[in-house]
Amino acid sequence: MTKGIVKGIIANLVQVEVSGPVSQNEICYINLGGVNLMAEVIKVIGNTAYTQVFESTRGLRPGDKVEFTEHMLEVKLGPGMLSKNYDGLQNDLNKMKGVYLTRGEYTDPLDEESVWKFTPLAKPGDKVRSGDWLGSVPESWLSHKIMVPLSLSGEYIVKSVAKEAEYKISDTIAVLVDHDGTDIPVNMIQRWPVKIPIKAYKEKPRPFKLMETGVRTMDTLNPMVEGGTGFIPGPFGAGKTVLQHAISKNAEADLIIVAACGERANEVVELFVEFPELDDPRTGRKLMERTIIICNTSNMPVASREASVYTAMTIAEYYRNMGLKVLLLADSTSRWAQALREMSNRMEELPGPDAFPMDLPAIVSSFYARAGFVYLNNGASGSITFIGTVSPAGGNLKEPVTESTKKAARCFYALSQARADSKRYPAVDPIDSYSKYLEYPEVIEYLNANVSPHWVKDVNHAKDILLRGKEAQEQINILGDDGVPLSYHDKQWKSELIDKIILQQDGFDKVDQSTPMIRQKYMLELILGLCAMDFVFESFDEVMPYYVKLINLCGQMNYQEFESPDFKKYETELNNVVEERRAK
Amino acid sequence: MATQAFQKIYTKLNQITKATCSINATGVGNEELATVSGRLAQVVKILGETVTLQIFAGTEGIGTDAEVVFFGKAPTLKVSEQLGGRFFNAYGEPIDGGPEIEGEEIEIGGPSVNPVRRKQPSELIATGIAGIDLNNTLVTGQKIPFFADPDQPYNEVMAMVALRAQSDKIILGGMGLSNDDYLLYKNTFENAGVIDRIISFVNTTEDPTVERLLVPNMALAAAEYFALEKNEKVLVLLTDMTLYCDALSIVSNRMDQIPSKDSMPGSLYSDLAKLYEKAVQFPDGGSITIIAVTTLSGGDITHAIPDNTGYITEGQLFLKRDTDISKVIVDPFRSLSRLKQLVIGKKTRADHPQVMNTAVRLYADAASAKTKLENGFDLSDYDERVLQFAHEYSEHILAIDVNVTTDAMLDTTWELFQRYFNKAEIGIKDEFMKIHWKKV
Repeated sequence: MTKGIVKGIIANLVQVEVSGPVSQNEICYINLGGVNLMAEVIKVIGNTAYTQVFESTRGLRPGDKVEFTEHMLEVKLGPGMLSKNYDGLQNDLNKMKGVYLTRGEYTDPLDEESVWKFTPLAKPGDKVRSGDWLGSVPESWLSHKIMVPLSLSGEYIVKSVAKEAEYKISDTIAVLVDHDGTDIPVNMIQRWPVKIPIKAYKEKPRPFKLMETGVRTMDTLNPMVEGGTGFIPGPFGAGKTVLQHAISKNAEADLIIVAACGERANEVVELFVEFPELDDPRTGRKLMERTIIICNTSNMPVASREASVYTAMTIAEYYRNMGLKVLLLADSTSRWAQALREMSNRMEELPGPDAFPMDLPAIVSSFYARAGFVYLNNGASGSITFIGTVSPAGGNLKEPVTESTKKAARCFYALSQARADSKRYPAVDPIDSYSKYLEYPEVIEYLNANVSPHWVKDVNHAKDILLRGKEAQEQINILGDDGVPLSYHDKQWKSELIDKIILQQDGFDKVDQSTPMIRQKYMLELILGLCAMDFVFESFDEVMPYYVKLINLCGQMNYQEFESPDFKKYETELNNVVEERRAK
Repeated sequence: MATQAFQKIYTKLNQITKATCSINATGVGNEELATVSGRLAQVVKILGETVTLQIFAGTEGIGTDAEVVFFGKAPTLKVSEQLGGRFFNAYGEPIDGGPEIEGEEIEIGGPSVNPVRRKQPSELIATGIAGIDLNNTLVTGQKIPFFADPDQPYNEVMAMVALRAQSDKIILGGMGLSNDDYLLYKNTFENAGVIDRIISFVNTTEDPTVERLLVPNMALAAAEYFALEKNEKVLVLLTDMTLYCDALSIVSNRMDQIPSKDSMPGSLYSDLAKLYEKAVQFPDGGSITIIAVTTLSGGDITHAIPDNTGYITEGQLFLKRDTDISKVIVDPFRSLSRLKQLVIGKKTRADHPQVMNTAVRLYADAASAKTKLENGFDLSDYDERVLQFAHEYSEHILAIDVNVTTDAMLDTTWELFQRYFNKAEIGIKDEFMKIHWKKV
């Protein structure tokens, strides 16, 4: 092993004089008074390695000893990760003692002593490749596949597989033979460097299936697909985190991985407190049973903030290879970019725009590229759907992180300050936002087959009404209420009807917070039906009170259980009100 | 601080800037404290044998032969019950003529709380100000700044909030506080007879700029002691964080770091987060709540300081002068308390969330009606009604001098709803309308 000694310290950038070979991104431990601090090599010049320390460097002195490990930053993968709360380096936070985080305290992400009921899936003689399934163990409610080590390449023959029984994760459950005849024992633990994508799948087609989130402004207007990518930029206070939490609670995924990256601790505590209590609307189990939280809050060391998004992505890729639908949420990718900026700054690299490193767009897009829908070697499919938030400086979308992300992500959910100010939540701007997937022929075909035959046409029609309403509103603002034809008021209020009933959603109401697709279809058709009607008005000041009445009744419907007596009562009332002014 | 025996003394500086100096020394730890000619300094960079020190009091008059003595430890504060009622400078030394504090010596700027050991904040802090209690309810363990222009009475409002809020200790961290404002706090607390619960760390405009970098960490170290060891509810007031950030940018500039947006250091977000994230609710009942002030220049919240702050804190409060009633109000549009969802409708009456939102929506309609009026358009009957509503809402609810309970605020708002609007225009869930809507 290469050893070194500390030569220089600038905040968490530590220069180490090394006595042997070191590699880029190699992990080393710096000994500070008996405590080992983890660090990563990020630059080498001559015999000086520049390392970023994942901890506070207070008290570190020149001359302190360093040991290199010959491997990159890795995660430890295996059964038992579900429901865990990890920090950015995959330390199990619950295993740490004490109220405060102690420097140099690294905890095992898995439980070595836990036993798992193993069922073999492969048999002796099978030809296998890395990522193929050898067996499975039940992890909470999902079937956790024990795979051929991801680090192997080429083809192997299964020599033996353990029989159905209970094993610890470090017990050998299979033996493989390579083409030289060497035995390779396999247990349930895998290690994988976080910055390298796991590619143990057969192919990655274009995504085509709708990913339901229960959030109407997404599902109806700008749908996310299984294996798709999207991002949510918005100024502070516009509701990025609230929207992400809503998605994490209701999305139709097997597994949710939340990377809280450089954000508020109290928001993560909200997940810790609520997820073990809340029911997963789809399975009836607790939400925590399908969640892994990677938590690196803003006051935790900045270098492990950068690592946290990679840790989360690698865990997602591992579960994807089991044929699961994984939803990965990262809040916020801007904090990750800022961590890159801080390090680049300390290394005195020439800065790019806004002092971010020059390769920011490349880093962002190669990260987003790790998401996707895949077919595995055995024909099963798995996916990682990735939604990141971006916190643009000053709410201005013309800044490097937003622009880099816009090039990489296919869905754009722009949160608008104006909508947030007028409490129109979720504050996703219906005009600026887009989902590129709505243009994919395979997505259109899927939606029309699974929601309704004219669904995409309906959605685009709703978008047109919204746009027309906005134009009418602008004209009214310029010319005055009585300076425009009556039809302008009608257009404006029809768009308002869609806005209030379809787009706006009460995230804190039991019923309204999540809308299944079948109900979204019902409501969109109901509202478009209203929009297609001609109503008779004598003058413009009759328009508003009438539409307010319609909106109020539809809004009451949104608060009731779908098709309940109360829901139907309001709908009947609505129909009566419609008849009052409907053109005969 | 007195020199101890056998300490190595260095006397040859090889670089002096306005805020830092460099010296050749060995065996020095990162972030270690030292004195340079008797002035307190801290190690900020070590390259080989060259140690760079940031001198808090500035380098005016420091010679290349200045005596440098290292302490072998990071900045500390002595904590005990004796802190109560006392005033200190940025180094934690008494400035009120009282005795030195005896107690345990703790490092300031210590480690973060493990997020899984936090408790979700759930206790509301009532202030009697409707702009806060009704629209932007504060919760223990929250961190929230006032975004205010320098001419707004933020220090007065903050002192009022501090006094009305139920807390065991109030810790004031004053950075670049004018002497007048320092005395305002001192007198307000003394007159209210609560001086025993107050602890102040003050850097006034008369003190050196870089010194103020220590103030928030001193205040928060004391807060952690009372919240964790004594299970007390601690309220920390930090004013003015903009001046703190200015000091950060001075130091980073002197160290030749590449500035990012608005000449602020690239690490501004992390630097601020380390302070604000000290706000916490501990499971055993102790809590730290931070109310800060970030002064703006001309109301610009896109500047790096308020912008980064907004992404860290749990909301922000804006003050505004309402010209209709000629009083200061808490701006209902731009202010936000992110943690209010944890208490409103749960710790307060069930109709609270909907009443709050409806009133703000109507207030927004009034704003558009006003624009219409200014542009010379005729007002509809509805416009007239919202304008009247907005006037009364400002006068009886929002004005900062109103001091009533949350229930009374809700009742008043329901009265105003019924005076000016019909049921459909209010659009609140029927279950609440049935209880509170008395009009036929």
